[in-house]
Amino acid sequence: MPKTKKVVEWKPVDVKTELLKQYPPKVARKRAKQILINEAQENSAPPEIMANVRTIPGIITMRGCTYAGCKGVIMGPTSDIVNLVHGPIGCSFYAWLTRRNQTSASGEKNENFITYCMSTDMQDSDIIFGGEKKLAAAIQEAYDLFHPKSIAVFATCPVGLIGDDIHAVAKRMKDKFGDCNVFAFSCEGYKGVSQSAGHHIANNQVFTHIVGTSPTEKTDKYKINLLGEYNIGGDGFEIDRILKKCGITNIATFSGNSTYDQFASANQADLSCVMCHRSINYVADMLEVKYGIPWIKVNFIGANATAKSLRKIAQYFEDDALSEQVEKVIAEEMPSVEAIRKDVYPRTEGKKAMMFVGGSRAHHYQELFKEMGMKVLSAGYEFAHRDDYEGRQVLPNLKVDADSRNIEEIFVEPDPSLYKPRKSEDEKISLEEKGLKFKHYEGLNPDMESGSIVIDDLNQYEAERLVQLMKPDIFCAGIKEKFSIQKMGIPMKQLHSYDSGGPYAGFKGAINFYQEIDRLVNSKVWSLMKAPWEESPELSATYVWE
Amino acid sequence: MLLRHTPKEISERTALTINPAKTCQPIGAMYAALGIHGCLPHSHGSQGCCAYHRSTLTRHYKEPISAATSSFTEGSSVFGGQANLLQAISTIFSVYNPEIIAVHTTCLSETIGDDLPQIMKKSIDEGNTPEGKIVIGASTPSYVGSHVTGFSTMVKTMADMAEPTGKKNGKVNIIPGWVEPCDMEEIKRIAAMIGVDITLFPDTSGVLNSPLSGEYTMFPKGGTTVAELKGCANAIGTLALGEWCSADAARLLDTKHKVPCSILDMPFGLKATDRFINALRTVGGTTVPEEITDERGQLIDFISDMHQYFYHKKVAIVGDPDQLISMAEFLMSIDMCPVYVITGTPGKRFERRIKEITKESPFPVKVKAQGDMFLLHQWIKNDPVDLIIGNTYCKYISRDEDIPLVRWGFPILDRQGHQYFPTVGYKGGIRILEKILSSLLDRTDRDAPEEKFELVF
Repeated sequence: MPKTKKVVEWKPVDVKTELLKQYPPKVARKRAKQILINEAQENSAPPEIMANVRTIPGIITMRGCTYAGCKGVIMGPTSDIVNLVHGPIGCSFYAWLTRRNQTSASGEKNENFITYCMSTDMQDSDIIFGGEKKLAAAIQEAYDLFHPKSIAVFATCPVGLIGDDIHAVAKRMKDKFGDCNVFAFSCEGYKGVSQSAGHHIANNQVFTHIVGTSPTEKTDKYKINLLGEYNIGGDGFEIDRILKKCGITNIATFSGNSTYDQFASANQADLSCVMCHRSINYVADMLEVKYGIPWIKVNFIGANATAKSLRKIAQYFEDDALSEQVEKVIAEEMPSVEAIRKDVYPRTEGKKAMMFVGGSRAHHYQELFKEMGMKVLSAGYEFAHRDDYEGRQVLPNLKVDADSRNIEEIFVEPDPSLYKPRKSEDEKISLEEKGLKFKHYEGLNPDMESGSIVIDDLNQYEAERLVQLMKPDIFCAGIKEKFSIQKMGIPMKQLHSYDSGGPYAGFKGAINFYQEIDRLVNSKVWSLMKAPWEESPELSATYVWE
Repeated sequence: MLLRHTPKEISERTALTINPAKTCQPIGAMYAALGIHGCLPHSHGSQGCCAYHRSTLTRHYKEPISAATSSFTEGSSVFGGQANLLQAISTIFSVYNPEIIAVHTTCLSETIGDDLPQIMKKSIDEGNTPEGKIVIGASTPSYVGSHVTGFSTMVKTMADMAEPTGKKNGKVNIIPGWVEPCDMEEIKRIAAMIGVDITLFPDTSGVLNSPLSGEYTMFPKGGTTVAELKGCANAIGTLALGEWCSADAARLLDTKHKVPCSILDMPFGLKATDRFINALRTVGGTTVPEEITDERGQLIDFISDMHQYFYHKKVAIVGDPDQLISMAEFLMSIDMCPVYVITGTPGKRFERRIKEITKESPFPVKVKAQGDMFLLHQWIKNDPVDLIIGNTYCKYISRDEDIPLVRWGFPILDRQGHQYFPTVGYKGGIRILEKILSSLLDRTDRDAPEEKFELVF
């Protein structure tokens, strides 16, 4: 008979106390503000969480740097821009093909520069005497070899410190070439407090240097932009498949499987759909102000969420034919999703999950877990801001601290020739009355169960303690966290790069995810950890043949 | 074609590196530090450095890689990183409680001129470093050398912990260089068979190939202990395996503590293993047991049995200097022909050494230090090879040019086994040959017309 282990049920408030116990007082005070018991009760204001603040040195954070957010996340997935990293070799090396952003290389000439890792490989002499000459020479060599339509230059930590003017070099080379848009990103790793600053720097430059420059007119009927979708494991491919089936044209994805021309044409869409609110909501705002394109929040993670998002898009265009087609597609796709969901449900129901990932995935994936009858005990973001937790209504009250102040904000005005409001104010109000909300995001907290624990910028120590105390059936984070969790006998799913597999977006993605989570939480391996002699070490010294 | 833009014509590049055959110093320092028992590596720089190194090492070893960072902000980049490092040390000891923290610098902290020894002293003076705990530091700016030199620098820092007692301890120091945890285990097995008492450092076995038991410990049982590192000053000799990875540490022990050293090649393949074992029994004053001679004989047997499939096959090899030197020699000794040899690590000596090793090759040999895989691919486009040996990134060349690939080196991100099955020593030699042979014969089977398809090789 297997012994039943007594499971101690920890109260959330005691879990929080446990997490803080080991810390020096100053660290404990800071972390206490980043760990929140979610008590979104009806009659009381939800509590505040501290987010987007400096990481505690030495804490073993999950976070990366600004360069990673800029080059790795935002610019990495674009197939026909040559990405040239100005710095010592490592920064470019580590961002080389490691993010599973798939590409179909659908640019004009099927260019695919994603497989190339380019660097100025700065040496100590460049640090001492400056690296501008080497950068200019490297841009020239890249141009001569590849003749790309665009070269993007990325600054790494020492570049900012020694004062190389990468923007001036880029401008000079752009003028010299005439047929290649060279521009640069001041995305030194020390800026900001996380990847988030890098997303901002990247998106601002794409908006400034590329958006609105396409000479070709897009004449499709229902034109949208998909903002904040990075095609990890082919998510974007699946979303594009569904959109196409519905008759919706995706002008530009920022920035999964993206091309230069997509970015350049983004001003021609009639609606911006925001997936990852954190990394790109400001671009949606700028597209609205400069070109008159309204935006809505969508979520294609989860079958029901996908259906809901498609209906929102159809509602926006106010066209019965589109609504009918969307309903037809949903009706066609849902039965196979439901079949798999019903199959796995008895094996996943009641299982408990934790998610510490990204700036929106910890929110989006709640949908899929709900569809499987699973409960999210605790969740949080690695690099989000308060509005991603508490909703956009907190935006006016956000404090701008020293670390955020250094990240460039660009302010745009209506474009004299390209601004064209897609909906009048009256039309928008009428749509809002029918339930379509513009520029609206409620954040993670309202979707978390009361009493669940929301934690910002989780670290190694807290991850271990959480798993020990609350014993989830699955833990989701990134590659660095993966194996320490699994050593504890808890399956771990990467929700940055997905380990392997995907897509998890859309209808087919939901099927993949149900099956993947079923595989993980029910894998036989977790029952094999103990050797027979460890299970009953008190075996008496008699031999079976006696 | 995934590398469809790589032209066959080779143009000289002076400023642009494409598809590097190296990465930066700090990751090497981090890997070396993981070979100290109870050690938490610490990256003194932006938090991205640490995140990238941990991710890359995790993807290679499929093991938890614990390391902390000073998480520089723009403010610390202007005013210096001292406050961040002091806070990091205090946080690490109170939250994670390692025995030792091994700090390495980055391009950021080096460019602003942070003085590591001074900060470490302040940390002791101000009580951030508790009594009995140790903080060591290595200077590893990313704009110098490569991941190999970063590894070497941290190993040298470890050697600098040695404290002479005035009495020899009868042990031999072996510095294995950047090899897999299982290679370190194999070196210990060989030394035990020969009967030489050794201190191996660093030693990532038992750290980066640890079992799954249901319990996680940040500091597993493996690794060279601080006491063992201190004892290195009292050894009767040091064998440094690999000029690039290990020589600096060995020379430091020699000059500082008069522990005589021999700089050998990494024991990959027949001849390098011969020299290693011969040196070990000489310095240890022991006799090589018959079992080892038999292992050697098995390797020779394998070579002779399968020689027809190796003979005059052209090979491109890319990776790190110490590994490539031994691999080139091994390939030459079985009549395979390394025709292209590329490392990203700088060093003219490397080119001279490879030329010396391959001087009797029937084919012209191209070798380049501080080269990259883009150039290697161009060489291959101009004159193809039968086999590529290198890290996972070679799979893009391998696929485009339809050439078999044996994964060997760092990083290997897409296959398993490298951390469990050693390639050092005679048994490791058999492992290398098995992999080469399987790749070549799988290709033969795949390509054979039906009338030529054979059952027996």
